[in-house]
Amino acid sequence: MARAVTNQRKAINTAAAWAVGLLIFFPILWTILTSFKTEAQAISDPPVLFAFDWTLQNYSDVLDRSNYGRFLMNSIIIAGGSTILGLIIAIPAAWSMAFVPSKKTKDILLWMLSTKMLPAVGVLYPIYLIFIKLGLLDSRTGLIIVLMLMNLPIIVWMLYTYFKEIPGEILEAGRMDGAGLKDKILFILTPMAIPGIASTMLLNFILAWNEAFWTLNLTAAKAAPLTAFIASYSSPEGLFYAKLSAASTMAIAPILILGWFSQKQLVSGLTFGAVK
Amino acid sequence: MATQHSRSAARMMMAPAVILLLGWMLVPLIMTLYFSFKKYLPLRGGDLGWAGFDNYVRFVTSSAFWPSVQATLVIVGGTLLITVVFGVLLGILLNQPMWGQGVVRILVIAPFFVMPTVSALVWKNMFMDPVNGLFAHLWKFFGAQPVEWLSDASMFSIITIVSWQWLPFATLILLTAIQSLDGEQLEASEMDGAPVLKRFYYIILPHLSRAITIVILIETIFLLSIFAEIFVTTGGAFGSRTLTYLIFQRVLESQNVGLGSAGGVYAIILANIVAIFLMRIVGKNLDA
Amino acid sequence: MGQIQLNQVTKSFGDVNVIPPLDLTIHEGEFTVFVGPSGCGKSTLLRLIAGLEDITSGQIDIDGQDATNLPPAKRGLAMVFQSYALYPHMSVRKNIAFPMKMAGMDEAEQTRRIDAAAKALNLTDYLDRRPGQLSGGQRQRVAIGRAIVREPSAFLFDEPLSNLDAALRVGMRLEISEMHKRLKTTMIYVTHDQVEAMTMADKIVVLQAGVIEQVGSPLELYREPRNKFVAGFIGSPKMNLIEGSEAAKHNAHTIGIRPEHLDVSTTEGQWQGTVGVAEHLGSDTFIHIHGIEGCDPLTVRAGGEVAVKHGDTVYLTPQMQHLHKFGADGLRIS
Repeated sequence: MARAVTNQRKAINTAAAWAVGLLIFFPILWTILTSFKTEAQAISDPPVLFAFDWTLQNYSDVLDRSNYGRFLMNSIIIAGGSTILGLIIAIPAAWSMAFVPSKKTKDILLWMLSTKMLPAVGVLYPIYLIFIKLGLLDSRTGLIIVLMLMNLPIIVWMLYTYFKEIPGEILEAGRMDGAGLKDKILFILTPMAIPGIASTMLLNFILAWNEAFWTLNLTAAKAAPLTAFIASYSSPEGLFYAKLSAASTMAIAPILILGWFSQKQLVSGLTFGAVK
Repeated sequence: MATQHSRSAARMMMAPAVILLLGWMLVPLIMTLYFSFKKYLPLRGGDLGWAGFDNYVRFVTSSAFWPSVQATLVIVGGTLLITVVFGVLLGILLNQPMWGQGVVRILVIAPFFVMPTVSALVWKNMFMDPVNGLFAHLWKFFGAQPVEWLSDASMFSIITIVSWQWLPFATLILLTAIQSLDGEQLEASEMDGAPVLKRFYYIILPHLSRAITIVILIETIFLLSIFAEIFVTTGGAFGSRTLTYLIFQRVLESQNVGLGSAGGVYAIILANIVAIFLMRIVGKNLDA
Repeated sequence: MGQIQLNQVTKSFGDVNVIPPLDLTIHEGEFTVFVGPSGCGKSTLLRLIAGLEDITSGQIDIDGQDATNLPPAKRGLAMVFQSYALYPHMSVRKNIAFPMKMAGMDEAEQTRRIDAAAKALNLTDYLDRRPGQLSGGQRQRVAIGRAIVREPSAFLFDEPLSNLDAALRVGMRLEISEMHKRLKTTMIYVTHDQVEAMTMADKIVVLQAGVIEQVGSPLELYREPRNKFVAGFIGSPKMNLIEGSEAAKHNAHTIGIRPEHLDVSTTEGQWQGTVGVAEHLGSDTFIHIHGIEGCDPLTVRAGGEVAVKHGDTVYLTPQMQHLHKFGADGLRIS
């Protein structure tokens, strides 16, 4: 609104927003802080916020106890692989839905979204059996495929909404200028859609990274990603807060760092491309 | 809009996605249907023949069934209510002029990046533990008896955890929608003498209806199948066993695939009822 | 080069028939304007010629060759879109070069043509900018530049000026007209603005509901509109159409008289009415008059110095040689 805002009012807004922001962020902050405490300090009453003896002991304990590197690698490969594979399949589909819509386009799109509502647990056993038959159990390939299929509707939907924003006249201009399908995708569509594709990629990477049903149920030792790494702290190690915190920090740090460096795309991606 | 040539090319490009999703939907679905009519116990003799509708009857008459449906709906509904209401309030707050808006926004959306297993573990142990949790310290500080959150108030606790994870998403969508509200419209209503609450009710809220629909749709999709939050915290005890979790227990813990599959079919039916309901709204709102 | 012929062309979207069978010949070098109210099918017709839409039946010949099934880029036509449709991620230079790049033209020739087009369109200083950094008029020029470098046999314009403000529109109108005089290439221009049609066209095609109402030079259409629709559409302010007893005196269902063909007097005349609003433009005065049977209000275009005001009684006399007569079917009676 075009109205002068007094500094006083701005100060009140700032204080309120920061208070709420810090409150929401607090569990993460607390976890990170606790990861640098000793176990005794971690459960001390009254709790200490900053005034404790900072230590890295918990991190070395966690690294000794489990092969963090392998879990991390698995997470990166599974989340990255499923996202890239999903994009490869979704880009042409979303492209045709956005630019060559037919009467059925909207129905197909809604149907795709509705497959996302099928409860995973309802088909757990069949997938389990298929995985055994195909030798995919506890394999990264298997998880890449499942997570890709799981997120495919979201990827298609997001790309569709981003592509829809590209005016149809631009592609018609391309046709008049003699650009074939390949040229149009290569020279016009992709460069224009890169911000949207980046947002889609980022969001789906995060969704795949955090997915905790299939990754827990279809892996054992070999292909287990960080979700399984952290689930192993469920009990009784969960009572060792400092180590739990260190492990938690290690599990979420890659995503927090990724998020920090790509705020703009992420904010756009987090809305699933649904509002502008 | 287009010529015949581009139309058939479009169909070709859509085919992989459609075929894959169709397979992903149909193959396991048909297998689940097949198993649901079998007496099938992998660890106790395997396939023991056809069971007719026994599994369906047993699943639905088991004392755990209706409570699990109820638990599912309470968790989904409670989380939706909390995230939408607080999302709107937070969106309005973040839309005000202030210093450090970008940083506050990052703080608010951070929980979305935390994997469910981590957030469940952290909340369960470090906040809700009745002895060493932060809440217990807080309660004791005020001289109150610490609450056994996950057993005495299990549903409330789970809804809190899940809401914390999904509030960032709701806030962000609603904030974006609020930012797109036409300032002149609000000024016009101010000129017309509408007080703050009426302006909110008649101008802001209707403007947000599409954004709220989207929040409800996307959250419902994810919330109907929450798993890790329950797996890690209560393990389905203390009335927090959702339909998803009940089926998981039947299939994996009691190794009764036939019974679990029948449950799966019920879950699919429930999801479809919700889906049809939601798709109706979204279909209408998609172009708007 | 640049003759376009449409034979019995039709277009349907599903069950909806947008263009009934239509014949039209556009001669080489002609500036043809398709004009009509929104939804009349003028843009569709242009897109059929461009090849952006398939025709349902009929044939399109370009320079005597059947082009009905040729893809757009092979028709030798260039199009300027309403939104300009510039590629936002490319510099002006790359935008203009794009069609030549697609055609695989050698670099030196590309550069030569870009420089020539930029010079002609005053874009030389902007070649390395992105479209987002340009004003509306400049974007329009880039879109025209992208069309020119292809050296097409005909230019197609789809309401190219509708996104510009009024002052710029008049300027661009002149520029396009001058470009046509210079290049002598066939141009087809779609607009809903009859002023653009009148000022630019060699030939105007008036369309309504996919049907050609009349084809002719601007003055032919002005002098002898074939029916009531064309009469009302061409000319500004609009022709007054009078029905009822006054028309019956002339053995017509409707008579039409343009505002500039009415003599106004404060003392005597054929018809009597009361001034509603008098719009003083300086050079002219548009007077809207109530109280004349069969047409309310009736518009008169008088000289700039006519001093009438709201409520005055005025007398009007039509110039009989400029009276148009139409039958009950809406067609002109000569």
